[in-house]
Amino acid sequence: VSPPRQAANKAGDSDRALEQLVAAKEVIVACGSGGVGKTTTAAALAAAVATRLGGRVLVLTVDPAKRLADALGLKGIGNQASRVEESAFAAAGVRPRGELYAAMLDMSESWDALVRRHAPDQKTAQQILDNPLYKNISRRFSQGQDYIAMERLYELHEEGDYDLVVVDTPPSRNALDLLDAPARMQEFFSSRLLHWLMVPYRSRLVNMASRPFYQVADRVLGSQLLGDLADFFMLFQTMRDGFVARAAAVDRLLHDLRTSFLLVTTLEAVPGREALEMKAALAERRLHLGLLVCNRVLPESLCDRAAQEVADAMAEEAGAIAEELSLSDAEMAPEITRRVLEEVAGSFSNFRQVATREAELMRELAVAHDVTVTVPYQPGHVSDLASLLQMGAVIWGDAPRPGRRKSR
Amino acid sequence: MNSLLSRRLLFVTGKGGVGKTTVAAALGLLAAQQKKRTLVCEVEPKGDLSAAYECGPTPFKGQLVSPGLTAMSMDTEASLREYLKLIARVPVVGRIGPVATAFDFVATAAPGIREILTVGKLCYEVRERHYDLVVVDASATGQVIGQLAAPSGINELVRVGLIRSQTDWMLEILADPATTGAVIVTTPEEMPVSEAIDLAGRLGDETAVNLACVVANRVLPELFGRREEEVFGRLSEKEATETIAARLKGETSAVQAVFAAARLAVTIRRDGASHLERLRQAIDESVPIVYLPYLFGRAHGLRAIRQVAAALGDEL
Repeated sequence: VSPPRQAANKAGDSDRALEQLVAAKEVIVACGSGGVGKTTTAAALAAAVATRLGGRVLVLTVDPAKRLADALGLKGIGNQASRVEESAFAAAGVRPRGELYAAMLDMSESWDALVRRHAPDQKTAQQILDNPLYKNISRRFSQGQDYIAMERLYELHEEGDYDLVVVDTPPSRNALDLLDAPARMQEFFSSRLLHWLMVPYRSRLVNMASRPFYQVADRVLGSQLLGDLADFFMLFQTMRDGFVARAAAVDRLLHDLRTSFLLVTTLEAVPGREALEMKAALAERRLHLGLLVCNRVLPESLCDRAAQEVADAMAEEAGAIAEELSLSDAEMAPEITRRVLEEVAGSFSNFRQVATREAELMRELAVAHDVTVTVPYQPGHVSDLASLLQMGAVIWGDAPRPGRRKSR
Repeated sequence: MNSLLSRRLLFVTGKGGVGKTTVAAALGLLAAQQKKRTLVCEVEPKGDLSAAYECGPTPFKGQLVSPGLTAMSMDTEASLREYLKLIARVPVVGRIGPVATAFDFVATAAPGIREILTVGKLCYEVRERHYDLVVVDASATGQVIGQLAAPSGINELVRVGLIRSQTDWMLEILADPATTGAVIVTTPEEMPVSEAIDLAGRLGDETAVNLACVVANRVLPELFGRREEEVFGRLSEKEATETIAARLKGETSAVQAVFAAARLAVTIRRDGASHLERLRQAIDESVPIVYLPYLFGRAHGLRAIRQVAAALGDEL
């Protein structure tokens, strides 16, 4: 694990650190728990890179909110990448040095392509695609979704059409599934279970070890489903070698020096805890965490001791201050003014508690990676390219940033 | 509204991170305080329920949290084992190890099997009257529909076998609005509210379960009324902040920081209020919406659960 190159996005320094990072990488994998703004961050980073560094940059999203899809000009689901028009940049007042592309991952299309690639012949491929269980597996196999995202990333990288691919990842039940997906895919094919399931298919002489399973399974699931399953796994097995080799290659790409991870989190308790776990998991697997983005962060000024002292005194002396102010401004009724001052002071103390917790979590998170970026809380949402570019500028560190955290 | 806790089975769901576990744990605590024998079940055993109750591990067989309150984690393997023993009367106990592993793969391939074992176990506890109320810390938006729809959906794939013959009594429990209800939790933010609205629609379209209640969690307090807002505007001006700073013997910048924080609080609240308005418009009028305050203090552990339970108790 490399030492932190830069601990905070102070304008001027961190853009160099971030610039070095993204210039040296060809693949950036965004990860983090659901609802923290992962997809938007991935898109904003891609937009910032395309704008400032140039080259062909692709953001591969999984399930973008409608507004973000609109902002990127994505018309519908499809593996086909579409270019974000020059005119859209112009409308946002930006002249990009490079080209920005966006694509949305189509799960079932990607699965189908994978089957076609790895099946020994067209007939087998069609049999798999027609199998009633196949569609359920391709849609529901949760590790399958993670795997497909990584596999599609590999393919795009392999094709070499883009200088940088930023990939968003599917919302997993468990974020670690993503990291282990290629290895699990290999395991799945090499497992004795698969072999086991197919024994009765090959010969009706069920061996002793598997007998209890078949007795139970037959009773509970019914022989028809069991037959369907055996059919399916039998067909799937024909793709084994291709699949295993490919999954190993995908795994190698994730570990490659040209690949880095982007961890996105808010500083709330639950996403924060998951981010800490994710960091540990990345380190354990020797995967490179290049960039940590803390999203929707409260302003640093909330942690200011002098401000807290003022807030405390304000609560204490609210009545007296209100009296004094009412003398010079008739519009300020003392009773209302007192209440407002108390509310303001109380609200400060409340938010200060939250901001202090956030700061502590930041400190815990900000160990051992390359660049940390904080994006302050912004009302409203990224709804067009201009706001996406604005967020990109914040990440890059050259946007005016009210209430930015100080560098550590 | 009081009828929420008079139901027998509550599925608490919503987008990830909105506080499902907190609300489920608080509902369970509240019910137990009302002398109901209560079971709270975490469907995805991530340990959040154990952290909420600070009660140590919550195994499938249940962990007593306090008198009348039991916490458990769902385990489909254990559920299968229980099912085989109790209902199918299959004597497999000795060799279920490999069966369970194989089952994992089969369950992955055959949709609805894992779900039916989850929902089946919960319905079973209701049917057997082991508890007065079962509160389920259910899966997030993406998976919960699949779980609740499993009993009706499984018939498509499994044409014979014991599992299929077991679905009728489950459906009866799930479809009765006096017995079973879904509780959707959201926060006053764009994506959680959108998902809550979407989920409310899908519950009606794709499952037999009725929407019992929507909980808007982490709602910020309203700082000012209209007249206060005007005064706040005047107070934020340079002259007033300087007067206040002089009076308090503090820096003007510190006073400005305090006012800036209040302005941010107002902005965040207003942003949230617009999403809550969207929620109110979209949710059927007959479904109550309960508002829970944002907890500025320590937001985890039993202390927080007690606070939320008290707030829920006031609202219900």
